[in-house]
Amino acid sequence: MELVFTEEQEELRRTLRDFCADKAPSSEVRRLMEATEGYDPAVWSQMADQLGLQSLAIPEQYGGAGFGFVELAIVLEEMGAALLPSPYFASAVLAATALLTCSDEAAKKDLLPGIAAGTTIGTLAFTEENGRWDADGIGLAARRGDGGWVLDGTKMFVLDGHVADLVLVVARTAAGLSLFAVEGGAAGLTRTPLPTLDQTRKLARLDFAGVPARLVGADGEGGAILAGTLDRAAVALAAEQLGGAQRVLDMSVEYAKVRYQFGRPIGSFQAIKHKCADMLVEVESARSAVYYAAWAVAEDSSELPVVASLAKAYCSDAYFHAAAENIQIHGGIGFTWEHDAHLYFKRAKSSQLFLGDSSYHREQLAQRVGI
Amino acid sequence: MVETPERDQIGAQALAWLEQNWDPEFTVREWWARLAESGWGFPTWPREWFGRGLPAESAAAVREAFTKVGALGPPASLGQLLGGPTLLTHASDEQRARFLPALARGEEFWCQFFSEPSSGSDLASLRTRAVRRDDGWVVNGQKVWTSGAQFADRGMLAARTDPDVPKHRGITYFIIDLDQPGVEVRPLHQMSGAHGFNEVFFTDAWVADDRIVGELGGGWAVATTTLMFERFMTSLPSASPGRHSAHLDLRAGDVADGKVKLEREGSPYASASKVILDVASRLGKTADPVTRGRLAALLLLERTNAYSGMRQADAVRAGRRPGAEGSARKITRSNLARTARDVGMDTLGAYGMLAGEDTPGGGAVQDIALSSPGASIAGGTDEIQRNIIGERVLGLPKEPRIDRDVPFRDLTVGTAETEKPDKP
Ligand SMILES: Cc1cc2nc3c(=O)[nH]c(=O)nc-3n(C[C@H](O)[C@H](O)[C@H](O)COP(=O)(O)OP(=O)(O)OC[C@H]3O[C@@H](n4cnc5c(N)ncnc54)[C@H](O)[C@@H]3O)c2cc1C
Repeated sequence: MELVFTEEQEELRRTLRDFCADKAPSSEVRRLMEATEGYDPAVWSQMADQLGLQSLAIPEQYGGAGFGFVELAIVLEEMGAALLPSPYFASAVLAATALLTCSDEAAKKDLLPGIAAGTTIGTLAFTEENGRWDADGIGLAARRGDGGWVLDGTKMFVLDGHVADLVLVVARTAAGLSLFAVEGGAAGLTRTPLPTLDQTRKLARLDFAGVPARLVGADGEGGAILAGTLDRAAVALAAEQLGGAQRVLDMSVEYAKVRYQFGRPIGSFQAIKHKCADMLVEVESARSAVYYAAWAVAEDSSELPVVASLAKAYCSDAYFHAAAENIQIHGGIGFTWEHDAHLYFKRAKSSQLFLGDSSYHREQLAQRVGI
Repeated sequence: MVETPERDQIGAQALAWLEQNWDPEFTVREWWARLAESGWGFPTWPREWFGRGLPAESAAAVREAFTKVGALGPPASLGQLLGGPTLLTHASDEQRARFLPALARGEEFWCQFFSEPSSGSDLASLRTRAVRRDDGWVVNGQKVWTSGAQFADRGMLAARTDPDVPKHRGITYFIIDLDQPGVEVRPLHQMSGAHGFNEVFFTDAWVADDRIVGELGGGWAVATTTLMFERFMTSLPSASPGRHSAHLDLRAGDVADGKVKLEREGSPYASASKVILDVASRLGKTADPVTRGRLAALLLLERTNAYSGMRQADAVRAGRRPGAEGSARKITRSNLARTARDVGMDTLGAYGMLAGEDTPGGGAVQDIALSSPGASIAGGTDEIQRNIIGERVLGLPKEPRIDRDVPFRDLTVGTAETEKPDKP
């Protein structure tokens, strides 16, 4: 186990930081969050063509660069810090991981190269109107039609579902849960963008009415694919949260040094200094959890289910706490639309809920360690 | 506090009057005029000034009576909530006679010109200058976070009249008119996107001598009174006073029934636990032990906060001046706002990632969540309230202060790198 980064990995981080600073300044984030698509296709192409980000954690035989999950975590940390609006999490994390987790060589060979090249935007549709994050909440039905499988039902909260070219759908068959691939523009599929609390993160409702679908993996393999995917996605989300938490801590500390009240920088008041110190303690714990969990994914460790829920629960709360304290430390200006503090507050709140809130993950953790 | 016959009696009187007099067919203007005459709109104001001279403790009972009858509440801009009580404490009779009638009848909306870009918690470091000319004052400077300035007729203005004395001593409190060329109101949006507050620029704005409340240079004491009332501030949902919000000619019953949607600052929900319980029922979560425990904890906070209100009012009746205890309640309200935010959003679960009316609860929980940070900042931050509790309630030693006895000119104020010290 190695919890220290290599020079190569540090270089990746610097590259990403510069890229995000250049492509996702606050003005761009705000422009894109008002738009329905929610991302800039030109930047998305540059991410693929110049930096190879979409291909990073995909093995070479599927058109990827063959790096590991640690590199992916670094990328997500920086994207989370900048709030870079893009379907990266949907495509490079959710869809790519689901495909990589399945046993279907043919589907991997067909579908992963497009994701790796950034020419296909993928996503994973599993949550439904009941809002549950576990497999038991899934009711959407797949049946065999004349020409093959057909899907009927509704998926909710589908990340970037309105722009995805490839939707991987977890559906119920006689054999249990199974994974299906559907084209974004398929006949019978209605995609409705949903107004989101965090406007930098787009969600959609997908209604399936007799939509033709391709079975990915074996019939009945979907539960295992989903479980493996969600553990990895939880770690990926935790990495993004870590990046956001560090960024709001930086904002707070910087402001606490330059803002004067009562003839002193507000950072000289213990009330503020201790807030910042507490944030640092939580951010550093979050960092340890994320790096340990990223290592567990990279090494395919049997600890993964435990550390995935642990990291998600801890980082969710640490990030939201930091984002709320950041507003408090900024005072009135932090409560305004014009200041960026609320963008992080909303991202932190929505990612606290995404993939299951902290109570849910603490319960998962308890079950997984055998309590 | 256990014995409440008096409170019950006042409540019964208010109820009787409201039952007899409330008529949804009134216009807002007519209803408020009638309320002003009766004294039930502002029961704690003296009888000669549109009130009933009742102790603060009775206010809650009167509010309950309004809710029971479903009558439209009294006008409630910061002018009514803070300005009236401040004038009753510090102003001359001429000033009261001049300003209180329009406030009581809801004909005017007032805002509070205290905070500035450089001076929020440290209000006494404010830089807006008022310079004497003839029989009045010329005002230059900028105020910020001014709630409701877009609707306001007048503002309670704290301005510096003497920069050569230590900062608390050179401030004067004015009532300034907004309807003049030297006052420019620019909208600011809060994090929810709503337009609640503003930046206001004064460029050679004029305010007459007789608009000074309290002493020349004695504005700090007057402002402190306003801030103290702000910590206790509670109001019923109502229409917005003054001609600019254009509510005066609406049918009072429509506003009382919520048929007219009113923009209000802060969380518009009297009881967050009710809103969240409703969402929990819709989502079938009321049997979930985690949700139950957290809802109960929220309810507990809500109730203890209400009991504190009653106890505080009783203390006032017993002859103790309200003061720093208001800070404790203000912090409780911040805790309440944060707890409601967290319990509410977790109850919404995945739906909490969405915005808008199509989510369970119609967006109320998201409103609560996005207004929650304001609760611990507006009207004096939680940190400032803790300092007040520490120093004035608990008598702990004060922090060493470097800014009390130095002439204002020599102080560092505001945000270091973004603003050059261009002091008046
Ligand atoms: C919703 C809303 C409505 C408002 N409406 C009005 C209005 O109508 N009129 C008006 O005049 N103002 C209004 N305000 C302004 C409000 O009063 C100020 O925002 C508040 O007093 C804080 O000042 P500030 O924003 O300058 O923050 P700052 O004073 O700069 O504070 C920044 C941080 O430093 C901390 N801090 C400062 N001093 C100390 C200290 N001594 N010890 C420990 N910590 C300290 C604060 O607690 C805060 O966390 C409103 C604010 C909000 C959010």
